[in-house]
Amino acid sequence: MTVPFYVAPEQLVKDRAEYARKGIARGRSIVAMEVREGVLLLAENPSRTLTKISEIYDRIAFAGVGKYNEFESLRVAGIRYADIKGYQYGRRDVTAKSLASAFSQTLGNIFVQGPKPFEVEVLVAEVGPTINEDRLFKVTYDGTLYDKRGYTAIGGQADELSEQLGERYQETPALDEALDMAAQAFRQVEERAISGWEAALLEREGPPRRFRRLSSDDLESIADGEEPSENGAGK
Amino acid sequence: MNSDLFPFGTPFPGAGFTELIRSLDLGPDWTFDAQSVPAGLHTPDATTVLALRYDGGVVMVGDRQATAGYDIAHRHVQKVYPADSYSAVAISGTAGLGRELIRLFKTELEHYEKLEGVRLSLDGKATYLARMVRSQLPLALQGFVVVPLFCGIEPELETSHVFTFDAIGGRYEEQDFGAAGSGSREARSYLRTVYHPDCDQTQAINHSVAALVAAAGQDLATGGPDLRRGIYPNVFTVSAAGVQETDPEIIRAAAEVALEVTR
Repeated sequence: MTVPFYVAPEQLVKDRAEYARKGIARGRSIVAMEVREGVLLLAENPSRTLTKISEIYDRIAFAGVGKYNEFESLRVAGIRYADIKGYQYGRRDVTAKSLASAFSQTLGNIFVQGPKPFEVEVLVAEVGPTINEDRLFKVTYDGTLYDKRGYTAIGGQADELSEQLGERYQETPALDEALDMAAQAFRQVEERAISGWEAALLEREGPPRRFRRLSSDDLESIADGEEPSENGAGK
Repeated sequence: MNSDLFPFGTPFPGAGFTELIRSLDLGPDWTFDAQSVPAGLHTPDATTVLALRYDGGVVMVGDRQATAGYDIAHRHVQKVYPADSYSAVAISGTAGLGRELIRLFKTELEHYEKLEGVRLSLDGKATYLARMVRSQLPLALQGFVVVPLFCGIEPELETSHVFTFDAIGGRYEEQDFGAAGSGSREARSYLRTVYHPDCDQTQAINHSVAALVAAAGQDLATGGPDLRRGIYPNVFTVSAAGVQETDPEIIRAAAEVALEVTR
């Protein structure tokens, strides 16, 4: 009989976390911000069809970074979870909190029990009738669940982006201000041209389904080409 | 990998919301045991609904009455619903089942749209609805018949369509208008005399409200506009602007004109 090598839990967690972080660091980042018009999600994404931001339910959106197949399967599971809950009970009973908690448990279990951890971070955003009722949840590869206020970021440059946004974000901005702010933060952190934007807004008011993708017209103000050069960062 | 996520199994093409909840044993069960349905069980029936194509879109109208035998079960029932941004669906027949069918159908369309990132084609939606009706066949044979009516536009092609169905899930596209329910015969007879494919939205709304009045005049189960109680038909239009519920004032005016004419 072979005796399996003993690996200390500390070492196991450390190795897995390092592995997951490496994967995530390769992914381009995503920013979420509470704005007056709702909740803005902005991602750097060169692809027009493989999206990172998606509608989950009436007031809830999802964003994921890292390995596409992994966050895509989380997205699909999230939509299923939300639709089943809304069908079984009522549409108002579907909340970002329970969804984020489901992601957290799933990622936590996979981190400890799976053959390898998911190399992803996900963000669950919910727009409320007022800014105080907006919700931003961030779930990391090990299942840790963060409840954020005002703004947050996920992905390889999440900490730097959060720091940049923290310097700029004061009162709740309007949508166009927030777009500028987020785009500047991206450029400051990445120190290069941005390969393409993907953005969506959860609208504070309107019909029951509030998720709206921002078109390239909406994003014209932050498109590359007319970007401000005062950052002075070499690209 | 998927089985580790949530207990949903691996998705396969065409696996919609209904299959998903069935696989979890949460799904609607439309196969009652024949002996379990007592004879003479009167459940509310929803009566007349109709849809009419006009230049640039389609209008869908339903009366508000549900009957159980000779009894008026409900006076304020809604039978016409937006199915998604560019289509609307209405039910006639057993009201309780019909409402559930619509709820499931709406969830199904939304579920597909979110998973795939695009809406189903109008044809695809109609096909799916026909399949749902077909799956209720065992209940229909026991007397719980649900017959929907479906209409909408194909936003990219800018074409409007009306689909009627039969109890076993047959699907028929109508060129001009369609109706379902106990007063549908009368409503169709009326529409045949006034319909013109070039009519505009206002005319289409007036015609369809008048058709309901005509149906109510002949069919006991159809509830016409009730001026005394202030109960008016539900009217939805589907056009390039999406599904819109018609302003109650416009409906009231159309109902008053229609009632005036028939007096």
